[in-house]
Amino acid sequence: MREPVTSPDASRTLDGQLQLRIPSRAEWVSVARLAVAGIAHRIEATIDEVEDLKLAVAEACTNCIQHAQGNQEVLITFEIAGRRLTMVVEDGGKGFDGRALAPEPLGEPKVGGLGVFLIRSLMDEVDYDFDPLTGTKLTMTKVLGQ
Amino acid sequence: MDIKVSVREPNGKSGATVVDLNGEIDVYTSPKVKETISELIDQEHYRLVINLENVRYIDSTGLGVLIGGLKRVREHSGTVNLVCSNPQIKKIFDITGLVKIFGIFDNEKAACESL
Repeated sequence: MREPVTSPDASRTLDGQLQLRIPSRAEWVSVARLAVAGIAHRIEATIDEVEDLKLAVAEACTNCIQHAQGNQEVLITFEIAGRRLTMVVEDGGKGFDGRALAPEPLGEPKVGGLGVFLIRSLMDEVDYDFDPLTGTKLTMTKVLGQ
Repeated sequence: MDIKVSVREPNGKSGATVVDLNGEIDVYTSPKVKETISELIDQEHYRLVINLENVRYIDSTGLGVLIGGLKRVREHSGTVNLVCSNPQIKKIFDITGLVKIFGIFDNEKAACESL
């Protein structure tokens, strides 16, 4: 188990929280990917871990954009705690029930439903909080260096 | 972030139509890929090779486009083979089980010959 990543000033860890708010439109999903890539590099994630995180956050944003109704933006919160990187993606609209989207391994190829399956495969902990009034809140954590 | 899509028909016995993709395939760019593949199928090109060698990123919407194309060509006894040697892209096909339904090859020659 590696020690928590520290800044060049070794007396400070990089633990903390960052937030990104993007318009709920397809052209902005790549910005969420770039943001998580930057954060992941900062905490010394491996290339594979960076790619997993990019895909997971993009799938979560894509679900918000494609399935949530009435939302204007997607809020992404990144929380660093030692070797744990947690991403919370909230649509702020009428939400969608992510639990209903392909929760099980795929039996036969389907055009839709792959996104949630990928998130569950790539992240260590995934939790959906679905409320028809306040929207969907997807919390997903990856433990780096496993 | 964008995707460049081009189509060519290499000389050879395979009769393959090759679609070269260059860039990132996500919810924003995948409609362009879908449009190209749909047009090819409408024009009765049912033996497709999708070249992913210059694709740096693909997500579920990109996978959905490829699956949709495969389903359509299969209705005409056609098939879709992929060219992909990038381990991070291949990993996504592995996780989703799509390695079992697509032919995935390390080079274009092998992908065309196995159609």
